[in-house]
Amino acid sequence: MFPAKKIDHGPTMSYLPRVMRRAGGAIVGLASLAIAALTPMPALAQAADEDMWPGIRKDLYAARDIAEEDGAVVLEAPVRADDAALVPITLRVPASVAETAKSLALVIEKNPMPVAATFTFGPAAGSGERVIETRVRVDMYSNIRAVLETSDGKLHMATKYVKAAGGCSAPALKDQEQALAELGKMKLRMREGQQSPLMQEAQVMIRHPNYSGMQMNQLTGLYIPAKYIQSMEVRRGKDVVFEMEGGISLSENPNLRFTYGSGLDNEISVVAKDTSGATYTIRQSPKGS
Amino acid sequence: MLKAGGLGLDRRQLLSGIIGSLLFYRAFPSDAAAHATTLVEVAPGVFVHRGEHAPGYTPANRGDISNCGFVVGGECVAVIDTGGTAAFGKELHQAIRGVTPLPVRYVVNTHMHPDHVLGNAAFRGDGTHFVGHHKLAAALTARAERYIAANKTAAGDEAFAGTEIVLPDMAVETTTSLDLGGRRLELVARRTAHTDNDLTVRDEATGTLFVGDLIFSGHVPALDGSIRGWISLLEELSATPAERIVPGHGPASMPWPAAATPMLQYLQAIATDVRDAIAKGRSMSETMRTAAEGERANWELFDEFHPRNVSAAFAELEWE
Repeated sequence: MFPAKKIDHGPTMSYLPRVMRRAGGAIVGLASLAIAALTPMPALAQAADEDMWPGIRKDLYAARDIAEEDGAVVLEAPVRADDAALVPITLRVPASVAETAKSLALVIEKNPMPVAATFTFGPAAGSGERVIETRVRVDMYSNIRAVLETSDGKLHMATKYVKAAGGCSAPALKDQEQALAELGKMKLRMREGQQSPLMQEAQVMIRHPNYSGMQMNQLTGLYIPAKYIQSMEVRRGKDVVFEMEGGISLSENPNLRFTYGSGLDNEISVVAKDTSGATYTIRQSPKGS
Repeated sequence: MLKAGGLGLDRRQLLSGIIGSLLFYRAFPSDAAAHATTLVEVAPGVFVHRGEHAPGYTPANRGDISNCGFVVGGECVAVIDTGGTAAFGKELHQAIRGVTPLPVRYVVNTHMHPDHVLGNAAFRGDGTHFVGHHKLAAALTARAERYIAANKTAAGDEAFAGTEIVLPDMAVETTTSLDLGGRRLELVARRTAHTDNDLTVRDEATGTLFVGDLIFSGHVPALDGSIRGWISLLEELSATPAERIVPGHGPASMPWPAAATPMLQYLQAIATDVRDAIAKGRSMSETMRTAAEGERANWELFDEFHPRNVSAAFAELEWE
C-alpha cells in the first residue's frame, strides 16, 4: 500500500545546527517508529534505549564540567506528554543567578536534531527570575535537558525524562488550509510586572508550520522538506533581551513566552527568520506607554 | 451461521417480526468464534456494531474501539466505518453476510482516524467504492505511516495482519447521495470540527443520521480539528431534525438533538475555561491541569484524552 516514497530533504542538511545526531536516512527511519495520533500508547522508545547524551555533550561542551541539578536552572516538563507535537516546557533561571546567565540551551536528547533552541541573553534580560516557556516536539521517550552557561564559564544542567513519541513526524496543522492561509501572521502579548515592577512578561507567536523534514505532504505523499524558524531576536527598545537559535524540535506555530527587565523604552520588537530566508517581524509597546 | 440473542428464532422470523425494535445479532465467523460481532438493528435495515471504549488498540480488542454500521438497500449495502483492523473488518463483513446476501457497494468513512478506517481492506474488491470527505485522502495519507506503525505495535502482528490504508475513490465535495436500490443515503462533507474531514450520512428511509465522531457518548471526545468549528457545527446540526443518530463512540443509537447536549457542554466548558486562562495570562501547562475539570465525572478515559483536548484548544484559541 505504501509506494516507495521519494525522500527529499531539500535544504535540510545545509541548515542543521551544530549537533545533528542522525544523518538523513535515519530520520526517515524514525518517522516510521512514531506513534498514532490521539491514541496514548506504550512506548516504541525501546527501539532506541541507546544513551545519546555522551555524544551530544561532547559535541556541544567538549570535556567541560557540568553541574547537575544545582538550582541554577530549573526545567519544567510533563512526565507524560499528552500531545507529542505540543509539549509545554518551562525554563527558569532564579533571580540569584539571573545577572550571570549567559546562554541557555534546550536539548531533547533523542530527537533527530537534539538542540531545540539556544537562547543567548542580552542586557535587557533583566535581574529578576528569567522565565522562558515554549512548546516542543518529542520524537521518542527522551531526557530533556536545560543547560545554562554562566558568565564565569560554568555549565549548569537540569534534566527531565518525558514520555512522548511521534512529535516530529506528526502532521503539521490540524486544519492545513487555514493555517497556511495565515502563515507569517504574528502576535505579541504583553503583561506588565507579573513578578515585580522590575520584570515584564511578553509572549510572541508566529504562524509557521516549522516543518521538521519528517512530515508527509498530504497531497503528494512525499516528505515535506524541513523549513523552520532558525533565529529569533527579541529586543526591548534597542537592547537585546535574547537571541534564539531554533531547530525542528520547536512545535508548529512557534510560541515563546518570556520575561525581560523593565527599561525606559519598553517597546518589544521581534525579528524571526526561517530557513527559507523569510523574515517575520512585530513590535509593540506595553499598554499605557 | 447467525444466532439471534438466544431466542431460538431464525433470522427471517426476527427480521420480519420485530423489525424496528432493537434486535441483537451475533454472527460467528467460522474461524474466530471468540470474536463475535454484535449487531443492533437500530432502525429497519440499519445495523450498528458498538465498539468498546478503550484508550487504544490492544491484541484483545483488535481495534474494535469505535462504532460502525451498515444500511441494507434494495440492491446493495453501504458500510459506514470499518473498525480498526482488517481482522475486525472481516468479522464485520461476515456479520453483514449473516444479514443479507446483497453486495457491499459502498464503504463510507466518517473521518480519517484509524479506528474508523483501518478495517477498509476487508471490503476491497467486487467493485466496492470507498467514499469520504474530499479532505480525507490527504489527511489520511499524511498520517498513514504513523497510523500503521503505531497501531501495529499496539495491536500486535496477529491482530493487525492484512491491515492496510485504503484511500477513498469517491470524494464528497459538499453533498452526495448514494442509491442503494430504493433507498438513498445523503452524505454531507462538514467543515472542520472533530477533524478537517468529518462526513455525516443520513438514511432517508428511517431518518437515521450517522454522525461519526462528531458525537461521543461516555467516551470523552477527542479534539483533532477545531474547537470553535466543532461547537458551531453541533449547534447547527442540533437544529436539524433526525429520528436518531449513531455516534462514533457510545451507544448504537441515540435520540437527537439530546445527544448533542453533553458534547456541547463539554466543549463549551473547555472553550470558556481556556479563554479565561488566556485572558489571565496563564500558561498552557497550567491550563491543561485545570480547564473543564468539572466535566471529569461525566466521561470515561478523561485522563487519556482530556489534557490534549485542552492543549489543542489552547493553541487554537490563543490566536483569537
